[in-house]
Amino acid sequence: MIDWPILSLVTFAPLVGVLIILPIKDDNALARRNIRNVALWTTVITFVVSLFIWIGFDPSNPGFQMVEDSDWVGSGIRYHMGVDGISMLFVILTTFLMPICILASWESVQARVKEYMIAFLVLETLVVGVFCALDIVLFYIFFEGSLIPMFLIIGVWGGKRRVYASYKFFLYTFLGSVLMLIAIMAMYWDAGTSSIPELLQHPFPAAMQPWLWFAFFASFAVKMPMWPVHTWLPDAHVEAPTAGSVILAGILLKLGGYGFIRFSLPMFPLASADFAPLVYTLSVLAIVYTSLVALMQEDIKKLIAYSSVAHMGFVTMGIFAANAQGVQGAIFQMLSHGLVSGALFLCVGVVYDRMHTREIAAYGGLVNRMPHYATVMLIFTMANVGLPGTSGFVGEFLTMMGVYQANTWVAVFAATGVIFSAAYALWLYRRVIWGVLDKDSLRSILDLSGREKLLLYPLVALVIFFGVYPMPVFNATAASVEALVNSYSAAVHAAPALASAH
Amino acid sequence: MTPDFVSSSLAIVAPELILAIGAMALLLIGLFMGERSAPTVSGLAAALLVGAGLVLVTVTPDGVAFGGSIILDPFARFMKVLVLIGSAVVIVMSVGFAERERFDRFEFPVLIVLSTIGMMVMISAGDLIALYLGLELQSLAVYVVAAINRDSVRSTEAGLKYFVLGALSSGMLLYGASLIYGFTGQIQFDAIASLAAEGRSLGLIIGLVFVLAGLAFKISAVPFHMWTPDVYEGAPTPVTAFFAGAPKVAAMALLTRFTVEGFGPLTPDWQQVIVFISIASMAFGSFAAIGQRNIKRLMAYSSIGHMGYALVGLAAANVSGVRGVLIYMAIYMTMTLGTFAVILSMRRRDGVVEEIDDLAGLSRTNPVMALFLTILMLSLAGLPPLAGFFAKYFVFVAAVQAQLYGLAVIGVLASAVGLYYYLRLVKVMWFDEPAESFVPMAMEMRVVLGAAALFIFPVYLFVGPSIAAAAEAAARSFF
Repeated sequence: MIDWPILSLVTFAPLVGVLIILPIKDDNALARRNIRNVALWTTVITFVVSLFIWIGFDPSNPGFQMVEDSDWVGSGIRYHMGVDGISMLFVILTTFLMPICILASWESVQARVKEYMIAFLVLETLVVGVFCALDIVLFYIFFEGSLIPMFLIIGVWGGKRRVYASYKFFLYTFLGSVLMLIAIMAMYWDAGTSSIPELLQHPFPAAMQPWLWFAFFASFAVKMPMWPVHTWLPDAHVEAPTAGSVILAGILLKLGGYGFIRFSLPMFPLASADFAPLVYTLSVLAIVYTSLVALMQEDIKKLIAYSSVAHMGFVTMGIFAANAQGVQGAIFQMLSHGLVSGALFLCVGVVYDRMHTREIAAYGGLVNRMPHYATVMLIFTMANVGLPGTSGFVGEFLTMMGVYQANTWVAVFAATGVIFSAAYALWLYRRVIWGVLDKDSLRSILDLSGREKLLLYPLVALVIFFGVYPMPVFNATAASVEALVNSYSAAVHAAPALASAH
Repeated sequence: MTPDFVSSSLAIVAPELILAIGAMALLLIGLFMGERSAPTVSGLAAALLVGAGLVLVTVTPDGVAFGGSIILDPFARFMKVLVLIGSAVVIVMSVGFAERERFDRFEFPVLIVLSTIGMMVMISAGDLIALYLGLELQSLAVYVVAAINRDSVRSTEAGLKYFVLGALSSGMLLYGASLIYGFTGQIQFDAIASLAAEGRSLGLIIGLVFVLAGLAFKISAVPFHMWTPDVYEGAPTPVTAFFAGAPKVAAMALLTRFTVEGFGPLTPDWQQVIVFISIASMAFGSFAAIGQRNIKRLMAYSSIGHMGYALVGLAAANVSGVRGVLIYMAIYMTMTLGTFAVILSMRRRDGVVEEIDDLAGLSRTNPVMALFLTILMLSLAGLPPLAGFFAKYFVFVAAVQAQLYGLAVIGVLASAVGLYYYLRLVKVMWFDEPAESFVPMAMEMRVVLGAAALFIFPVYLFVGPSIAAAAEAAARSFF
């Protein structure tokens, strides 16, 4: 057992980097290099320290671990941090993707490097905080706070329609979240506490649950994003710089799924059971519809953005199947998607940096000049499709297995979605990589540089490793998920008994 | 009347006495020193306000003075400290600006001090007479201040507008007060409350509504807000900064004491009025601000909206609600003062500018100023982890406790609309191409802006618990 506050350390370590960067003036190349180095080393050290969370984590304990708790801002809000099997790996995913983001921006971001790196480091603090917070108000503070740096990242360093995209991103997610804030307050008065572990034990009145559930759903469905409130995502992805897309797809979308698992399912089990059909419907619609939409995209990033919506459909479906396979699969799918979609956006960034266009039609035959790139892209495309042997397969398979037990038809429709996803992913790959290299602009394109290999190869290794041997993830999550599912089904089965007793 | 009674009363009103005597002394100093005395008088006035604040915090005892007319309790103390800080900061910020714009008259700080005395009486008012006395002292001084730049048509127009409408609202308030007196035979709030508890009469309710209308005018809540944008825009900017801060705090304190203490038994009656005013202010403030181009007008609409949020806490009518009002006003005043430090510094070589677009690209021409203003704007929008979020949190949590779900939901939705126009300032500063840079900020503006922004984030995260505890203790004055 570790007795120093490792979670606070990991959460706030990036801010140390911010403090170092703040006094540096970025008016020459040397200063900019220093800033990049500080940001890189800060995130790398944060990642290394965060590995100690995994090492010190006791997988047999379903409860919260490494808990820190102290009084704060009055009114019952406490500084309460801790991780369990559900949140722990998301912390690692965040700290792992951050150095990659910094490296990915090494050359592509030249303007206002200082502010850029500060925004990313602050974002890391806030996102890690979301996963570690054990006080629901503290959770909300981190959750909403993360919008600010992301708004600036899209708006300052984004593409042509960056202002529109950043506003849309901010207002959509904010509007969803404020309703959750009201629900949080109502929960606070009902349970008399804002501590998540205590709220998990508190039985909320059946009449209140649907309202609370919907308020949380409004927030997480937008964040996830679920159909039909997903439209901010393609815009945000297309306009965001490469690293912004990686963070958005890799981590920020997971906040929604994490929220469903942490709050909606265990705290409002009756409402979750009642509304599961709604979630199934929206999930299936997302899987089938956005896959079809992805098929027609002209812009590579937009295509991957729509495919993210489709993959998140598997996650929501798995979560509300509310059995061990479904929830485990959802967590695994989120982690895997964090790696795969992040990697795909990096791959787009690689060619975008060279050609400054994301039009699919502008590419073709890249394999001739870029064999390494073609290989890496192939692996990630296959992982995105869910080919067995890659991490994408495990999550999709488990969520479908989970949902099959709950509702066969949902599984059937979801399975057709897998076919569509193969269609758009393979077609994209064919149009960009295969074929004859007949475009003049592409004749002198260069293969992956050393830095890009450094970014992508670890991701390749992890995607294949977790595809072949997913046990490290399941070992960590199993106990917590089992406890969650058991308390859920106990609550749902107790409800009719309670109703008949009256 | 025993001397004992007088001396115990005088001890309680010591800060007001210090200010009153000091203001007269300053008037004399100004007269003797002549035209060039404004900086000296301003400095002394600020020192006087700080001195009165120290006396208030350290030696003045809690108690009731003049047979219940003046009440000093933790609630009054909390609000008075805010008012004193607000006035002192405005005086400090006005010196340099007034000098450059050539309205540096020594009457300005003196009038601010006089108005501050009025506000302190308002905050402490325990009966209808003190209520009116404080309100008028505050208002009369403020009418003159609005027109202080007497060579400017806009300033005099603002002063006149404010005066005419203010007189109307005072008339309504007085009419309401006379009805309340007529139907209860009492002027003291607690006596009114005990009579109201026995049974309500229609005349009493009408009187209550009239007084509420008069007070709503002072906090510029919808539908009594019409004067705000014009007066904010027309008055010289330091005056606007003053209007936006301390007088609203005082009027909100008076409104709180009047409703909660004087009409506690009739809570359901005034609660619906407050709920309506609150919803109207939040919604109007958010939507009307969207189209504004002038930053002072924007702040006018923003302040209308913020009064709506503060009223959410009052509508809850419980301890956590009043606590929310106190925290809200403290944070609101800090954000407002910081923002006005920026507006007062929006000056190019060829003069003062007031358009939002003049802030374009500020993050490149003056990154520190842009960062601080961004913190303030996002805090005004109510985003965590900035202090503005906690302000909203505490009022909404009270509304949810009082089961005013509709009010809370409308409030947060209005805050999402409000976010849109606050984001526009952030967008202009960070996303747009730089405009011509401003002349460097004056030292006092830097200090005010830096202090306000750093208080909002991150200092509030550390001192928040103590402020919340003080507000909690203050709120218990009524319950």
